[in-house]
Amino acid sequence: MTLPFNLDTSLLTLIIFLPAAGSVLLLLMMTLPMSAEGHKVAARWAALGVSLLELLLAVYLFANYDQAAGGFQFEESAPWFALLGSSWHLGVDGLSVMLILLTGILAPLAILISFEIEDRVNLYMALFLFLETGLMGVFASLDLLIFFVFWEIGLVPMYFLINIWGSQNRVYASVKFFLYTMAGSLGLLLSIQLIGLTAGTMDITQLMTFWPAFQGDGGTFLGIGVETVKNLAFLAFFLAFAIKVPIWPFHTWLPDAHTEAPTAGSMILAGVLLKLGAYGFLRLVIPLFPVQAATFSGVIAFLGMAGIILGALAAYGQNDFKRLVAYSSVNHMGFVVLGVAAAAYVYGAAYTGGGGMSPEELESARQSAVLAMNGAAMQMFAHGLSSAGMFLLVGALYHKIHTRDLRQMGGFWVLAPVYGGILIFTSMGSLGLPGLAGFVSEFLVVRGAFAVPAFSLMTLLSMIGLLFTGAYILKAIQKVLHGKPSQEWVDYNRQHHRLEITWREGIAIAPLLALMLLTGLLPNWILPMINTTVTRLFGG
Amino acid sequence: MNSPFPVLSVITLAPIAGAILILLLPKTAKQEARIIAAAATGFSLLLGLFVYFNYDVAAANAATTPEQMFQFQESIPWVEALGINYHLGVDGISAPMVLLTGLASFAGVLISWGIEERTREFMAFFLLLVTGVYGVFVAMDLFVLFFFYELAIFPMYLLIVTWGWKDLREYASMKLTLYILVGSVIALVGVLAMYFVAGDATGTYSFDITHLMNVAAMPDSPFNANVFGIDGLTFARAWFPFIFLGFGVLAGVFPFHNWSPDGHVAAPTAVSMIHAGVLMKLGAYSALRVAVQLLPQGAQTHLPWIVFLTLINVVYGAFIAMRQRDFKYVIGFSSVSHMGLVSMGWATMNVYGMTGAGLQMFSHGVMTALFFSCVGMVYDRAHTRDIPSLGGFRQVMPWVAFAFIVGGLVSMGMPGLSGFVAEFPIFTGLWDAGPNITLQIGSWTLANYYGVIAVVAVLGIIVTAAYVLRVVQQVFFGEFNRERFAGVGDVTVLDKAALVMLLAAMIILGVWPSIMAPMVESGVAPIIRLFGGGA
Repeated sequence: MTLPFNLDTSLLTLIIFLPAAGSVLLLLMMTLPMSAEGHKVAARWAALGVSLLELLLAVYLFANYDQAAGGFQFEESAPWFALLGSSWHLGVDGLSVMLILLTGILAPLAILISFEIEDRVNLYMALFLFLETGLMGVFASLDLLIFFVFWEIGLVPMYFLINIWGSQNRVYASVKFFLYTMAGSLGLLLSIQLIGLTAGTMDITQLMTFWPAFQGDGGTFLGIGVETVKNLAFLAFFLAFAIKVPIWPFHTWLPDAHTEAPTAGSMILAGVLLKLGAYGFLRLVIPLFPVQAATFSGVIAFLGMAGIILGALAAYGQNDFKRLVAYSSVNHMGFVVLGVAAAAYVYGAAYTGGGGMSPEELESARQSAVLAMNGAAMQMFAHGLSSAGMFLLVGALYHKIHTRDLRQMGGFWVLAPVYGGILIFTSMGSLGLPGLAGFVSEFLVVRGAFAVPAFSLMTLLSMIGLLFTGAYILKAIQKVLHGKPSQEWVDYNRQHHRLEITWREGIAIAPLLALMLLTGLLPNWILPMINTTVTRLFGG
Repeated sequence: MNSPFPVLSVITLAPIAGAILILLLPKTAKQEARIIAAAATGFSLLLGLFVYFNYDVAAANAATTPEQMFQFQESIPWVEALGINYHLGVDGISAPMVLLTGLASFAGVLISWGIEERTREFMAFFLLLVTGVYGVFVAMDLFVLFFFYELAIFPMYLLIVTWGWKDLREYASMKLTLYILVGSVIALVGVLAMYFVAGDATGTYSFDITHLMNVAAMPDSPFNANVFGIDGLTFARAWFPFIFLGFGVLAGVFPFHNWSPDGHVAAPTAVSMIHAGVLMKLGAYSALRVAVQLLPQGAQTHLPWIVFLTLINVVYGAFIAMRQRDFKYVIGFSSVSHMGLVSMGWATMNVYGMTGAGLQMFSHGVMTALFFSCVGMVYDRAHTRDIPSLGGFRQVMPWVAFAFIVGGLVSMGMPGLSGFVAEFPIFTGLWDAGPNITLQIGSWTLANYYGVIAVVAVLGIIVTAAYVLRVVQQVFFGEFNRERFAGVGDVTVLDKAALVMLLAAMIILGVWPSIMAPMVESGVAPIIRLFGGGA
């Protein structure tokens, strides 16, 4: 069967633009002569179809990525904005493939859960698919300007999804999310301009060698020291990605945005959008600023630790179920940050030729850092699965009982045993129970970061955070599921709306459960790909 | 490079021919007047597209003399005794402007379809205005440029004072006209000085741009000779501020921008579209073509401080827009802010900033035409522009809401749209200019400050995002007041056609910068060579 697109040469372009094409299709479908109900059904299934097709492409990419060879594959290059040295340069390595796969998996599930949306379904689905285009574009791009284009583009559909289909406080949350993130990227914008201008190209692969080695005109640049310029540019990059991850204390947009977003919006926000920030650190910040990243790595690790501990404490204090899960994201992403810090430290030390360590120390530190980085990358994947699952379950419950207040819930295990079982399973995945995905990643991060001498203490302290992780997860389970359901809920369940999980919701979460279990028991289905990539990026 | 077929003359004169035809019609022939106006502007738009897509970028890049820089040239002697020729031509900067004028004028006619009061006169004066605008962009003789410049200004007065907003039109139209006229008169004095000085030195008295460019490029150019006996105060340095800022008034350069917000608000919709979308670009374009290109030494001395005025435009304009309660004033001040970026681009004097400025002229022109058309559509139906009173209008006017949102994204420089394609190179140009431009006033020097300007200017972007979100939220989202706005319906097919046309331009340029950037770059490159440097 001959396809209109050549999968060998344009797979990434297709992956990026298929959802956008679907988006346009959904908008055009609004003009078809159908009943209102017909439009809704058609829109839902059309969107699901497009996202499943996208998943197929992502799986194809994953299956055909040569894990042994590693490096950037499926590269494409075409002229785009020659004046600025920018070209349509795409390419993926193991890290990007993993994230593209994650996005491809989560999108159809989120669309499936969005079947409950009744209001302006076409527009909702069109925006959602357009968001997927933005996300795929970031992961696939090897040009700094293209990276920035897709980075910013993703903000727009998310803003509208929260603003129109969100909860009570949606206007505040959406505006805060948009302005906060955009303001954070202004520094990134300026730095990209500066770097691209100086290097004469926006190509990331070339910049990775050019920019760290750049010394200006004998040490000065723009009238000030080149090191000062690089430090400022590093801070600008750091800020933009730190807001996205989010790194404490730049996380304050997250609780509102996650809580007020519609279920699918929260799933993708927590599942994928946060990973954009972490990806930015790995793809851009550390390779472009090895020295600055290494110098700053202690601070980054400290902030990661703060995110782990404080995020867990904040989650424990919540009465709003969804806000609890939102803070759990801050908590879990803290592990990613720890891993990133360890990598930054060692990579920078290796770049400057030792960093005060003997070759044996450096080698052992490097191996530990690779472990930590593997953990961080795995955590991106695992957290993507578990947080998307948690938000799905929270949303499913909210859809039925119209409250997220934990104090009003209780005893739901009696009324909805299957839901309860699935909630516990997902919660355990979130908690990091051995046998599930979260454990593999957290273990690797802790094992790796602990062995890097500079971070041992901070890793230890982060274990306190893990303690509270268990606390808030169990608190949530206890408050929602355990105890005796009040008569009110029993009546509600019988007469008004059954609390049990529906088939649709069950089908939506099943792949996540399966993947969490699979990754927990057999991490080697994905870990070697991550390992090759990470070793090549930071260990080699 | 003479054109076999006088395409540029046809583009320029088709609207005025239409205007004459319309005035010959009886007063009741409203529909005919509209159709003739649409046909005239549409025809010019189509020819503008033809010129745009047949412009030879490679030939432009290979040009070595001023003559070769311009394509589609036509020349007829006009007043030979004074060295005035009817000389037309386009280069890489003016070709997109011709296209912009076509888009904005055609959309403007479509948007004005509903005008019932003295339709004939409205369309006739509008077409007169359009001819004036086209003429400035294609003029290669300074007399011709001024001729069409003034021709564009006086219909503005008539259009605003007759069909504008009753509460403000007399004040606004008078202010606008006087401001711009005074500015252009000051510039005219400078141009006459150039004419005479160039003529005295070479023996040839001519207003032709190529002649004056050759004079400016002479090794002992009279433009670089000292005046008033003061050493260092050359002709170029003395006259540049007057000519640049004289035209800069029309470009909305701070502090001479004050006519613009009131003018925008008082004007009827189509006139606001042309005013912000095209007229302000006349000022920026003329400032480049006459002041920067012909007096490069003056540019190098003065642009380094004029850039501060443009910075005030960008940031201050954005903050003022944030404060406005009247929907149209928000857009008006947003224009002041975005035009600041154009002038800022000129002030970088390198290929990045100046290409960005050329792109910004086009992108902002389309975007603001779109904005004003949306505002007009809402106002025509709601009869109020008070932002707190509006709300929920996307329920009754979804097309307008969508168009306004896209326009808003362009104005905040959202990647994927034309605003980003324009703003990014301007900022890159600021960074590039940093080490190269030094401000010298007497013995006081300021160096490496353009980077700081970039950092401050970027504030404009986030404030723009904030006020755009605010306006979108308060006008198009939220509660819709069904009692007050009972009769409000959606826009007409013609309105939608205009919106789609403008949206397409912004989106296409946004995803495919190569469709315009190389052309602008080819037009800008020779100007940069005048500063004694390559890209």
